Amino acid sequence: MAENPHIQRKMNRTAFACVGLVAGMVGLAYASVPLYDLFCKVTGFGGTPVAVDNNGSQVLDRTISVRFDSNVAPGLNWRFSPETPEVKVKLGETTTVLYKVTNKGDRPSTGIATYNVQPDLAGTYFSKLECFCFTEQTLQPGETLESAVVFYVDPRLVQDRDVKDLSSITLSYTYFPSKGGKPVAEVTSSTTPIAQ
Amino acid sequence: MAHAADAAHADHHDHHLPSFWRRWFYSTNHKDIGTLYMIFGFTAGIVGGLLSIGMRLELQEPGLQFFSNPQAFNVFVTGHGLIMVFFMVMPTLIGGFGNWFIPLMIGAPDMAFPRMNNISFWLTVSAFALMLCSLFVEGAPGSLGFGGGWTVYPPLSTVGHPGPALDFGIFALHLAGAASILGAINFITTILNMRAPGMTLHKMPLFAWAMLVTAFLLLLSLPVLAGAITMLLTDRNFGTTFFDPSGGGDPVLYQHLFWFFGHPEVYIMILPAFGIVSHIISTFSKKPIFGYLGMAYAMVAIGVVGFVVWAHHMYTVGLSLQTQAYFVFATMVIAVPTGVKIFSWIATMWGGSIRFTAAMQWAVGFVFLFTVGGVTGVVLANAPVDRYMHDTYYVVAHFHYVLSLGAVFVIFAGMYYWFPKITGYVMPEWIGKLHFWVAFIGSNVLFFPMHFLGLSGMPRRYADYPDAFAGWNMVSSIGAYIFFAGLFIFMFGVVYAFIRKEKAADNPWGEGATTLEWTLSSPPPYHQFETLPRVIDTGH
Repeated sequence: MAENPHIQRKMNRTAFACVGLVAGMVGLAYASVPLYDLFCKVTGFGGTPVAVDNNGSQVLDRTISVRFDSNVAPGLNWRFSPETPEVKVKLGETTTVLYKVTNKGDRPSTGIATYNVQPDLAGTYFSKLECFCFTEQTLQPGETLESAVVFYVDPRLVQDRDVKDLSSITLSYTYFPSKGGKPVAEVTSSTTPIAQ
Repeated sequence: MAHAADAAHADHHDHHLPSFWRRWFYSTNHKDIGTLYMIFGFTAGIVGGLLSIGMRLELQEPGLQFFSNPQAFNVFVTGHGLIMVFFMVMPTLIGGFGNWFIPLMIGAPDMAFPRMNNISFWLTVSAFALMLCSLFVEGAPGSLGFGGGWTVYPPLSTVGHPGPALDFGIFALHLAGAASILGAINFITTILNMRAPGMTLHKMPLFAWAMLVTAFLLLLSLPVLAGAITMLLTDRNFGTTFFDPSGGGDPVLYQHLFWFFGHPEVYIMILPAFGIVSHIISTFSKKPIFGYLGMAYAMVAIGVVGFVVWAHHMYTVGLSLQTQAYFVFATMVIAVPTGVKIFSWIATMWGGSIRFTAAMQWAVGFVFLFTVGGVTGVVLANAPVDRYMHDTYYVVAHFHYVLSLGAVFVIFAGMYYWFPKITGYVMPEWIGKLHFWVAFIGSNVLFFPMHFLGLSGMPRRYADYPDAFAGWNMVSSIGAYIFFAGLFIFMFGVVYAFIRKEKAADNPWGEGATTLEWTLSSPPPYHQFETLPRVIDTGH
């Protein structure tokens, strides 16, 4: 609009700065995905168990029960269960628990497991030395597989005001059918109307 | 505020108007685009309003009377929310009043990038068309439209709605977002570079300040929404797992991204209203606005703090106690600059020579009702209270008091205030006043009982409810019909003014109206300020 070339230059500069700001915010939105993931892994935020290499903590004389929950998402004809529903462990004590998974169907199928800890705030203190997760697992018809979870509950739990009186922690595993890059609409096999 | 020395002269040489098609479809004139935005916003508002009338018809009595399929009710709720936010409030306040009055108020001949302005408008129209398409294609299996609420949370928006309805919705939001970002760049460039000589930032009218802050909020928040819904789109269609736990994603991340946009968005809707109300109250109190700098920087503060309070929408997702405590505190902080604004409006009226014109009644009504909504906001800011109130009608009452009775009241206040300037005709005062009282009574009858419903635990977003909630829902529905009837008074007023053709004076409001648009003719010439006005006096 302005004929003055000086003002025109200033306006273009402002506009380009604004475009830069927009591009930066789009970048930040995408950067938030790996950052949030990293944040959850480091802090145990949202019930993400912390993966560690070795147990260097002291064993305390305080016991806590750890419950095991297992689920199979719709679309996967598998049986999935822990060997025991619950163990009582001392804080800092390394424990191994086996999960057993069987393909009940008559076709080979592929699943992928994810896990979570409840309550969310205890995620920080649930330390895993070994687990099965985020790797695709193909089972032949009738095949059974045993997978181990090796973990300990971090004794620093007793110093956290939010969770120090916790009597139990639940570790929940879910096997999802592997999407193999297929979009939601094709994976969702249920076509039953949700309305009445 | 500022007086212009010789604003209106030298605007007399021949402006040959372009043909109808060129003028309204290829328009690059900020006033014409502003008018288009206002017409568009009003039309979309009627569509969104009809959706809400459908909801109130259903909720008038327990049981299902109006919708045979409760999912259709959910679709109405979602459509109402998205249309009112993106296609009624934002186009009217930002596109309409912003385009019309920002160049006039700062003494500029037009917006910085007039052709981009045209693109913004037609992108918004296209977005609205896509949004309407979304209502008529399959969403959830076996029913039409997307019914997951305006927040579009996964997994309901991914596995819950495999049909293409939400894809249309996402594209609509992409276009509307792109339009708003282009508009925001235009406003920032205009306001920073094209002010009349002598008008420093600290002498700029408060509406221009409001639009500057709003434009920055748009620029910082909309790209995050665009990113989040694009991730949703690829999760739905291309097998990515940003928000899908089976691939290591987290649905709660979507909520963080959405509300990082969503909370500034509510300030985007209300800040332009703050600016308009300041001018109306100052004009009809015949006093400069009390605490001009405080008012301007209060808006800046609201904008800045608005970016660090988003998780108060997410108290129930399992945040740690410390995180919740932080968000409670930060949310409470926003009450401080908001309080500065409320008290400054009252102080402006204090001792002023007040005239209760239609515009002033709407503006005072806004201050009162926005304060009611602000108080319930402070209640909801408390995480422990929110545990109890989350997703109840108390929340619905809160955000309708600040938006429906806040932003919408200011849209009408601005319409009655600037109607003579925009059209050049006078609308009789009794029309605006009658509309005000009908709307004031209607909206309070509509939304106040929702506080009671929410306190007794009625959840949002259901087509049906237990008989215990019947009474207040009936009252609320009656209020909705009263409020909607008020719109016909407004439409009558516009038609009546155009038929009566009583010419408006350049400044019909007298010496209280000090901003530059009142120095021009009514309506302003097709091109104004070919000789830039020089701001010589500051009234504060």
